[in-house]
Amino acid sequence: MDLTLKIWRQKNSQAKGKIETYPISDISEDSSFLEMIDVLNSNIIHEGGEPVAFDHDCREGICGMCSMYINGQAHGPMRGTTTCQLHMRSFKDGETIYIEPFRSGSMPVIKDLVVDRSAFDRIQQAGGFVSVNTSGNTQDANAVPIPKANADKAFDAAACIGCAACVATCKNSSAMLFVAAKVSQYSYLPQGEVEAKDRVVNMVNQMDKEGFGNCTNTGACEVECPKGISLEYIARMNREYISATVSSEK
Amino acid sequence: MILDSKTPEGPIKDKWTKHKNDINVVGPANKRNIDIIVVGTGLAGGSASASLAEMGYNVKAFCYQDSPRRAHSIAAQGGINAAKNYQNDGDSIYRLFYDTVKGGDYRAREANVYRLAEVSVNIIDQCVAQGVPFARDYGGLLDNRSFGGVLVSRTFYARGQTGQQLLLGAYSAMNRQIAKGKIQMFNRHEMVELVKVDGKARGIIARNLITGELERHSAHAVVIASGGYGNVFFLSTNAMGSNTTAAWKIHRNGAFFANPCYTQIHPTCIPRSGEHQSKLTLMSESLRNDGRIWVPKHLEDAEKIRAKTLKPTDLKEEDRDYYLERRYPAFGNLVPRDVASRAAKERCDAGHGVNSTGEAVYLDFSAAIQRYGKEKALVSGINQPSLEKIIELGEEVVEQKYGNLFQMYEKIVAENPYKTPMMIYPAVHYTMGGVWVDYNLMTTIPGCYCIGEANFSDHGANRLGASALMQGLADGYFVLPYTIGDFLSNDIRTGPISTDLKEFEIAEKNVSDTIDKLMNIKGDKPVDYFHKRLGKVMWEFAGMARSKEGLEHAISEIKTIRKEFWENVRIPGDKNEMNTELEKAGRVADFLELGELFAKDGLERTESAGGHFREESQTPEGEALRNDKDFAFTSAWEFVGEPSEAILHKEHLEFNDIELKQRSYK
Repeated sequence: MDLTLKIWRQKNSQAKGKIETYPISDISEDSSFLEMIDVLNSNIIHEGGEPVAFDHDCREGICGMCSMYINGQAHGPMRGTTTCQLHMRSFKDGETIYIEPFRSGSMPVIKDLVVDRSAFDRIQQAGGFVSVNTSGNTQDANAVPIPKANADKAFDAAACIGCAACVATCKNSSAMLFVAAKVSQYSYLPQGEVEAKDRVVNMVNQMDKEGFGNCTNTGACEVECPKGISLEYIARMNREYISATVSSEK
Repeated sequence: MILDSKTPEGPIKDKWTKHKNDINVVGPANKRNIDIIVVGTGLAGGSASASLAEMGYNVKAFCYQDSPRRAHSIAAQGGINAAKNYQNDGDSIYRLFYDTVKGGDYRAREANVYRLAEVSVNIIDQCVAQGVPFARDYGGLLDNRSFGGVLVSRTFYARGQTGQQLLLGAYSAMNRQIAKGKIQMFNRHEMVELVKVDGKARGIIARNLITGELERHSAHAVVIASGGYGNVFFLSTNAMGSNTTAAWKIHRNGAFFANPCYTQIHPTCIPRSGEHQSKLTLMSESLRNDGRIWVPKHLEDAEKIRAKTLKPTDLKEEDRDYYLERRYPAFGNLVPRDVASRAAKERCDAGHGVNSTGEAVYLDFSAAIQRYGKEKALVSGINQPSLEKIIELGEEVVEQKYGNLFQMYEKIVAENPYKTPMMIYPAVHYTMGGVWVDYNLMTTIPGCYCIGEANFSDHGANRLGASALMQGLADGYFVLPYTIGDFLSNDIRTGPISTDLKEFEIAEKNVSDTIDKLMNIKGDKPVDYFHKRLGKVMWEFAGMARSKEGLEHAISEIKTIRKEFWENVRIPGDKNEMNTELEKAGRVADFLELGELFAKDGLERTESAGGHFREESQTPEGEALRNDKDFAFTSAWEFVGEPSEAILHKEHLEFNDIELKQRSYK
């Protein structure tokens, strides 16, 4: 198939960026979207230009490294899919495709399509853990049974890959779905209970400090989330947050 | 130099306990004055960083990705083994140890494997305490499944995303220490050189991948946890950035490299579709619990299927060849990976392959769907259900078990695996070989350690499913944090290591010169061109079947490609900025050396063992034939310049607790 690509090019975080146009031909329908960019980059190098920088690593939809808007949608047109799992058969021959980096004041562009998502790490560092040392002397794994329904819900929340599509797609640039997923994972498990109050307060505070917006329940994040993390977790986090601030002994 | 594995004396079951009691430890007040560098943040590096920081050391951790959570351990699907015996099927530490040594075709060090089995039970306890959401049954207890090469259910899992959940557990433990300032995290940094002072590993040179700046980092010990080298084949199930650079740099600095030819070719990957392909995707081995593998029995049917004039679902039962069940009745579809891969290649080479390239076999769930459907119908109280109803119910059960894998398959191949059998073919997945380490996980460079897939230690010539996650976490959580103290106890009076030492200056200059050299070639081929060529040579001559002629050809071919690379590679852009082509070039330059050593190692080992299959050494039935008399040793290679001229050192393997036998899964 033949395509016209309109790609955001930006030399570094200080430089001004702009959209460049690249025609590309003979792309196989079976190739993935990122393999199509590989072909483009190879062409650009042949012609003496600089290849498009983009984040990617595992290419099997789990590391969360790939980002980018494709025609204005985070991770492109397919639901429940990361960019690396999107294949060219989702596009039409002759189509024009716009490719841009994720946009959020809290995730500045580093180069071309590469953005800085370190704010996510800092939110996790504020409380996204259970304080247990690796002594090997914790109690037996089966000492505390966990109802299957709770374990399953904890897993559904833990499936978040930290790609930031939720932030990119939210009109408020809110990271609530991301933070709620971590808070909820632990809130469904007995191991997370001890630190539950501090965790939710500290993580939400850090989220605010990073400049992410608030949630106005448009639900766009849930639609674009490649792992289908449910909006219900945001409600759960709000409940946790309120009960923590009301009952806090500090 | 005589290799000393430093394996403790005494009965195998007491070695680790005794060793922990015997080695030196560093007191809490002194740990605060000691720095440790950890390169890589996967299961091994992440768990090691967190544990060392908890103990009180100052840790500096490095990863090339934008966050430690992205390390490729995250992509491991199936599960993690542990000898918990929760299923009451007779599992024990000894049985896990035995299965692992046998699965590795008797080419692993007994004492290491026993220790691995011993600490496996702690891993599960630890992970549950961290909030890792493992799969549970309706009673709220942990669930298990089976993997290849074993006859018990000892694999713990979190749907098809076990690696992700375990890595996020280690990442959360790291985050706790990063917040306390005990771990300094360097994201988007790549280690490009090791720095030795007085013969000891005392630091690294790292390249900041955003600014291109070269940075000097010093420490009292350096831990390499940078994963395997499967990407030497270009196409593999590794991540795009997975590389051997950190491991190769320490090899060039004196760390011996062991058994590079032991590579695992995983039997169940999605077959390649064309030249544009950048990586291969694994379908978890857990699918072999329920899927049956077959090819058409008759060549003419295979031809029709390849020409798409016959559908696999139309082929009658008696016209199908369930070749694993036929050849290995005891283990059937759950034979170890090396055996399953070779059997698939044998059928495809004989002309029975089922996709357009002729390199694919079927993995069929129709029998499982019907079996589960009937069971579900009974449980749901449906009497005499129709076939449609059975299939509908069965598909629901299969979706619950493997939904995410089926979805992934459908996205990539655009076929519905519930309705038509999956197509699969072997692909490079894991490397058992790696940097040689002693019982303490220290390399032949004092103060330089190597853990996880990057070392060679526990899997012999073939790794069993769900054992990689076990080894990564065992090394990082429970082994290295103890053993490293023995070395560091000599450093309590050393004080901080200055990065102004001339050793740092020289190392940085060498790196900078190499980068300039690469940038100034200004040839006309991109890095990928050379990487793909290398991969093709490796796959064809050092892949699933190897021969003397093939390996010799590979060595000379790789030399040629390497020469051309250094004359004709084109790296656009500038070195002082984010430059992904420059990153790739550095990695491929190292693969071009490692590939040659790989072929050399395969050439020297004229026996077949596990993942290393020499055509000259097979049984009349075509099974791998070991030669214990001449090859019961680990090959540890010393770098002297040209990779194929490396000097071979042998660590002889003694088997006191397991009888050496020809492996049989019949």
